[in-house]
Amino acid sequence: MDKLKLIIAREYLTRVKKKSFILATLLTPFAFVLFFVVIGFIFEYQGDEVKRIAVIDKGGILKTPLKDEDNLFFTKVNEDIEALKANFEASTYDGILLIPELADIKLNNFTIYYYANNPPSLSVETILKSRIEQKIRDFKIEALAIERSALEALETKISLDPEPIKDGGTNVSKVANLIGAAIGGIMGFVMYLAVFIYGMMVMRSVMEEKTTRIVEVMISSVKPFQLMMGKIIGVGGVGLTQVAVWAILIPSMMFVVNLVFGFETSTGFGNAPSVNAEVSMEDTEAMIGLAIQEIGQMNWWVILPLFVVYFLGGYFLYASLFAAVGSAMGDDLGEGQSLTLPITIPVILALYIMMAALESPDSPLAVGSSLFPLFSPIVMPARLAFGPPFWEIGLSIVILLGTAVFFVWLSGRIYRVGILMYGKKVNFKTLGKWLFYKD
Amino acid sequence: MEYPILKLNQVVKQYGNHTAVDGVSFEVAKGSVFGLLGPNGAGKTSLIRIITTITKADSGVIELEGQALNSAHPEQIGYMPEERGLYKKMKVGAHLIYLARLKGLSKQAAKEAIGQWMEKFEITDWWNKKVEELSKGMQQKVQFIATVVHQPKLLILDEPFSGLDPINTNLIKEEIRHLHEKGTSIIFSTHRMEQVEEICENILLINQGKVLLTGSVKEVKNQFKLNHFEIGFEGEVPVEFINQVEVVEKQNKKLVVKLPDEMSPSALLKRAVQTGVDIRSWNEMLPSLNEIFIRQVAASNHG
Repeated sequence: MDKLKLIIAREYLTRVKKKSFILATLLTPFAFVLFFVVIGFIFEYQGDEVKRIAVIDKGGILKTPLKDEDNLFFTKVNEDIEALKANFEASTYDGILLIPELADIKLNNFTIYYYANNPPSLSVETILKSRIEQKIRDFKIEALAIERSALEALETKISLDPEPIKDGGTNVSKVANLIGAAIGGIMGFVMYLAVFIYGMMVMRSVMEEKTTRIVEVMISSVKPFQLMMGKIIGVGGVGLTQVAVWAILIPSMMFVVNLVFGFETSTGFGNAPSVNAEVSMEDTEAMIGLAIQEIGQMNWWVILPLFVVYFLGGYFLYASLFAAVGSAMGDDLGEGQSLTLPITIPVILALYIMMAALESPDSPLAVGSSLFPLFSPIVMPARLAFGPPFWEIGLSIVILLGTAVFFVWLSGRIYRVGILMYGKKVNFKTLGKWLFYKD
Repeated sequence: MEYPILKLNQVVKQYGNHTAVDGVSFEVAKGSVFGLLGPNGAGKTSLIRIITTITKADSGVIELEGQALNSAHPEQIGYMPEERGLYKKMKVGAHLIYLARLKGLSKQAAKEAIGQWMEKFEITDWWNKKVEELSKGMQQKVQFIATVVHQPKLLILDEPFSGLDPINTNLIKEEIRHLHEKGTSIIFSTHRMEQVEEICENILLINQGKVLLTGSVKEVKNQFKLNHFEIGFEGEVPVEFINQVEVVEKQNKKLVVKLPDEMSPSALLKRAVQTGVDIRSWNEMLPSLNEIFIRQVAASNHG
């Protein structure tokens, strides 16, 4: 037992003390945050350019002037379009917006014109269209003499609240679903990365011990199983350390960045400028409030420990397989490709199943995969935020841990033979034979 | 009664259909230097791995000082494998402490013992160097320290001098001699017979997993002597003498003859004198271990 501790300590400390580890652990969050800052700037940039637009309102549609935007300034002019166009280069305007007369009040299609040296950017076009649409609507309401309050009464906003048939079933709001999907997606993805990064780390380390021939010296002092377990546990500790540092650094750095730069790193992404600016601003704020509330309401004291359980279960299961494959490989990484492939395929499959499970966390595919031990470490963490039934979690953990123990045992049997075999081309048949070698 | 340091009885080890060790029995007397010989693939490494508890024998008895081999024994054995390496990124001092602690030494005891050995080898300034900064010969010294630092009762050295320059070979040889004088039992595995003749008291020759011969170096040589005698002479050898013996080889001033059955060497010498050979030198030709090795292995491969 003491020897196992010594091995774990060496495997852990030599890695954690490495400059490359410290840099990767600290710089990855920086790179991550930098990425979001850059993305944020890119999305902000589109609207950065200030434009002055001359507006010609031929039909008198604008009852009130167009409100200026942050970077769009509207000036109503009474000049003729041709005169404006002629003096365009000398004028201070960047563009001319021509709103023709509304020929028929019941017209549903209406074209407005924008004259400029360059076509408007997507965001400017969207803003112009939505502002004018609003104005024409107001114009039509007045022209058709419709009661404004009656019109407002026509608008009904529908929200659907899923309710369980039986009392005590899970009652989840839509926002909770979104938040669950986001958190689940992050967790599943972290699991996927962890299995690959740290599993590969174990494999490379086993290969290195074999090719540098330290292994025979080692196993004249300790049992091969102790050496393998020491390595798996040590590297697992490295993984937990790294994930924990990232879990603290990334969100706190994001928070700081938000304070400094003042843009929404999360919503600045992919959202074209909102169509109904006023309404959606309120909506967004409400959403964020609700989201924070939902995140607060999540059962973190259950989710986080469960995440660690799945992390460890999945890690031990896959890392032991990687260790077995590493022990069978010679100096040539390429040669081992055919051996690693069967391990990497289920990991990649699990990632895709996880994405499908986020769409419908209670589908038979999701439930089945979160019980199947090769997929469950990635699929189940993704479902945790949706509050799956406890029996499913329990059963899946029991199956996962049982399989992990079995695979560790199985890999140990391959490992003890593999690390002492040199110059042999190994396939799955040989691995199978090794299983049955006596000690 | 004193137990031998190591005793093997009918040890068998199979890998799949291949029998690597086939009913091997031998004893290593306490405090002796024992040569384990055999061609590549003879089963030497398999045998050593069984003794060092790396693998288990399928059947047979292995005793260390009269005790059946168990998991406490590795701490009493120092093993330097033929294929040896170190963790390249570790510092020499930390690496030696790690290996010593795995052999059951406390951190403090390990530090002291390693310090002494490094002083002896005049390499104290390597403590903070990374292993990868050392040459192969330098790494061998570190490996030797790792093998002996826990004062093992039984030292197993597999080709300990491979890759060493003559100076370092002598240095390590000296240390092996010191350890031998202090009572450490040593099993020495090599292909290089001149080293075996120089260092070992007893030998075991195996091939294809089976023991071909065992005994003290002297006994073995005597067992395989061909009773050839080399006679240095002046002038001519009388035909009378030549007719009475079997001539193996004749050179200008040298004659190698085979001792006839039921004749003692003295009688042969007498006969030579009597027949009038002008003798200048008289020498029994003992086979070298190398010759025995080659002859025996070839015979067992063809038999």
